[in-house]
Amino acid sequence: MNVNMTPFRRLPTLPVWVINSALTAILVGLWPLGRALEQNLNPYYLQILILVGINIMLAVSLNLVNGITGQFSLGHAGFMAVGAYTAGVLLRHYQPEGGAIVPAMLGVLILGGLLAAAAGLIVGIPTLRLQGDYLAIATLGFGEIINVVIINTESVGPFYVGGSAGLHGIPIYANFFWTFGAALFCVVCVWRLAYSNKGKAFAAIREDEIAAGAMGVNTTYYKVAAFVIGAFFAGVAGGVSATWFGNLDPESFRFMRSIEIVAMVVLGGSGSITGAIVAAILLTWLPEQLRAVQEWRLVIYALVLILMMIFRPAGLLGNRELWPVPGRRKPAPPATSDPDSRQRMMAEG
Amino acid sequence: MDQLIQQLINGLSVGATYALIALGYTMVYGILRLINFAHGEVYMVGAVSSYYLAEWSMGWTHSLWVSLPIVVVGSMVTCAILGFLIEFLAYRPLRDRPRLVVLISAIGVSLLLQNLAQFQAIFGPTPKRFPELIQSTPVLYNAAHTIVLTNLDILSLGLSLGLMVIMTWVVLGTKTGLALRAVSFRFDISMLMGINTGKIISFTFMFGSALAAVAGTIDAIRYDVRPLMGLMPGLKAFVAAVLGGIGSIPGAVVGGLLMGLSETLVKGYLPSAYTGYADAVAFVVLIVILLVRPTGLFGRVAPEKV
Amino acid sequence: MALLEISNLSVVFGGLKALCDFDLSLEQGELVGLIGPNGAGKTTTFNIVTGVYRPAAGGVRLGGRSIAGLNPYQINHRGIARTFQNIRLFAGMSVLDNVLVGFNQSLRHGFVGTVLRTPRHQREDKRNQDRAMELLAKLGLDDRAMETAHNLPYGDQRRLEIARALATNPKILLLDEPAAGMNPQEKIELAAMIEMIRTQFRVGIWLIEHDMKLVMSICQRITVLDHGQTIAVGTPDQVRADPRVCEAYLGEPT
Repeated sequence: MNVNMTPFRRLPTLPVWVINSALTAILVGLWPLGRALEQNLNPYYLQILILVGINIMLAVSLNLVNGITGQFSLGHAGFMAVGAYTAGVLLRHYQPEGGAIVPAMLGVLILGGLLAAAAGLIVGIPTLRLQGDYLAIATLGFGEIINVVIINTESVGPFYVGGSAGLHGIPIYANFFWTFGAALFCVVCVWRLAYSNKGKAFAAIREDEIAAGAMGVNTTYYKVAAFVIGAFFAGVAGGVSATWFGNLDPESFRFMRSIEIVAMVVLGGSGSITGAIVAAILLTWLPEQLRAVQEWRLVIYALVLILMMIFRPAGLLGNRELWPVPGRRKPAPPATSDPDSRQRMMAEG
Repeated sequence: MDQLIQQLINGLSVGATYALIALGYTMVYGILRLINFAHGEVYMVGAVSSYYLAEWSMGWTHSLWVSLPIVVVGSMVTCAILGFLIEFLAYRPLRDRPRLVVLISAIGVSLLLQNLAQFQAIFGPTPKRFPELIQSTPVLYNAAHTIVLTNLDILSLGLSLGLMVIMTWVVLGTKTGLALRAVSFRFDISMLMGINTGKIISFTFMFGSALAAVAGTIDAIRYDVRPLMGLMPGLKAFVAAVLGGIGSIPGAVVGGLLMGLSETLVKGYLPSAYTGYADAVAFVVLIVILLVRPTGLFGRVAPEKV
Repeated sequence: MALLEISNLSVVFGGLKALCDFDLSLEQGELVGLIGPNGAGKTTTFNIVTGVYRPAAGGVRLGGRSIAGLNPYQINHRGIARTFQNIRLFAGMSVLDNVLVGFNQSLRHGFVGTVLRTPRHQREDKRNQDRAMELLAKLGLDDRAMETAHNLPYGDQRRLEIARALATNPKILLLDEPAAGMNPQEKIELAAMIEMIRTQFRVGIWLIEHDMKLVMSICQRITVLDHGQTIAVGTPDQVRADPRVCEAYLGEPT
């Protein structure tokens, strides 16, 4: 045995208070940055940027469910719709102005997220008993049911919902700050859940659900938790998009939208959070470059899915991140066949 | 009473097409344990190709007895080739991969076909009415015209029934059918017994796709042709297959008919304010079955070994 | 009353009695073997005790409280941990992470604490990492902590499964064929390791094993199963001398 090997070494990490303050500083910094971008950037590019932010939220939150916990869900757009309609309906009804905008935005985004999370809880408890492709179809079914309910709802009490005609005239308050503030919050939450002792349970369920149960992991609880947290952020993303575009079309939250988000997770690499971000950027930006031939957009998504599955099913990054994370390393070739592999891996480490 | 009988006729007529699509799902699942997500799009391609075939054949003949066989057989052949290609290009390279990998590829194929069909050069995004090949005319009816059986109902039920008989004969009475049953029972062992599983899989896809093509043709004549028409019938037929017990051939037929009946009855008897929810019925049915009896009506249980 | 008490346990699979009136008691610090030909119902017994299957009849009591019918994770919380016949590691995760999952249930902070990285979260994360490394060191796996589990050689994978089970702080440890696929040298090391676990971790160990030499040398008592029936119970010497055991393994004398 090689005595010089350093088998386990904590990656140098900054104290938590430093990281938390830095994140807060970035969040505050988004405000002036957003103002500067909104004044100087071509509105077309700003639009793409906002879409990137929304898609990052959707892809990273779905990644918690599909990639990290390994529960293949095809209903993410349904939860997005719940958040979008909550925010859209409330803002359109109350039309907050002036100093009320910021608290109102914060309120409707969180409320939208919570209602989406509640929908996630209702959907998750029965369906998460199912596995693999059955779960995929059941969540797809629930997504469509949410859609059918929206299409058939003209109004709820005093609130106008719009039914199949869609909801128009939502005040446009979302901007760079709200979008990327929410995206930052989402990414930090999912990251910290995934890479902590508590969050290891999510990945354990993906790797082997029976073994996870035998090791004391309450698998139902964690699966539902992943689903509810994922739905919450999908709801927030929906809320942001409602008040960025100003109108909502129920058709845009159907199964196709869910597939787009799945494509992002798959392209980035199931389980990789930075991968989901990279893929969200690529799959938002790339089709915009082909705007002249808009109908190619979904063809590209389709080809991405098929070709990735054939040639690189692990996605761009596999389940790795762009930078090293404590407790994770590149998979090495089996140590038995190559006695030097461990040393080499340590050297690369 | 008359209304109920009429609803039952409509239900069976709609259910017959669901059953045809469901057969394709169930056969493929029986062999590969794969939900062929693109199957609904094969149905759509069946509708599109029969649209073009009808247009072409009506250009030089006025006889229904010439054009209808051309339309039906032509779209069956088109879809059989398509089914073969889908399996060969998108699923075969993934044979030993986890099931979810294949499912994602299948979703990709489905998305691809939907969007290719939306290209103006291929079909275009807007719905098109089917060429006037057959008008819906009542054939059998009672005096008060409260119960009507149209020629389209007869075509739908007749074609479906005939194909199901042929299919039962193929599966139970031919050597290929025996191989097919062996492969679906134990994939690995049948390979050792000298069955060319690749060929059987291709055959299954072609056969299932041809059945979906007929369903597509019937619905194209009955309603219209749209690039996204495959989504809902595809999903409903999948639910039908699960309801009957996925992997079971009689289950797919019974499940399809039950789906058709329940849908028309819900549409016919629910207050009009709620008919918009009819599309949700299929999914409620699906979720209830999956939770209460995941093996469906005729399915087998396969517990996980620890 | 023993720590683990199994009485009249039966299970039926589609009309077939896979296990019939099985009895066992196991004390802390004891090492009891369960042997029998293939298909005798040994792993089925483990699966019932750990909650994977439900018993048709009979009771399982741990420390006097019934655990029959509980979920696997609840049974684990009560103090029973296991390994699997066909290794079921979290294959894509690191060796350290595999063990950390075992500590998951002992965490006292919730999701909010995890997201906020509260001081309690940091304390617990760090403490569990140290405990996991300590555990790996005891089983001789510490130099592999950062490797992906499926890259380990077979013997190490079996040891990692034991380490992961010990991380859940069990009172009873169920080992399902721990020596399968090991070479003679590894088996000798395994016997020493099981002995070390029994004394240092103060657990009762219940062991399924096909290697008679290993079973006979380390177990205090042995139960022999055949076709779901208990055909012999006793010390290794008693079991070895039992004619019915020879019959079950070798067939009837002609």
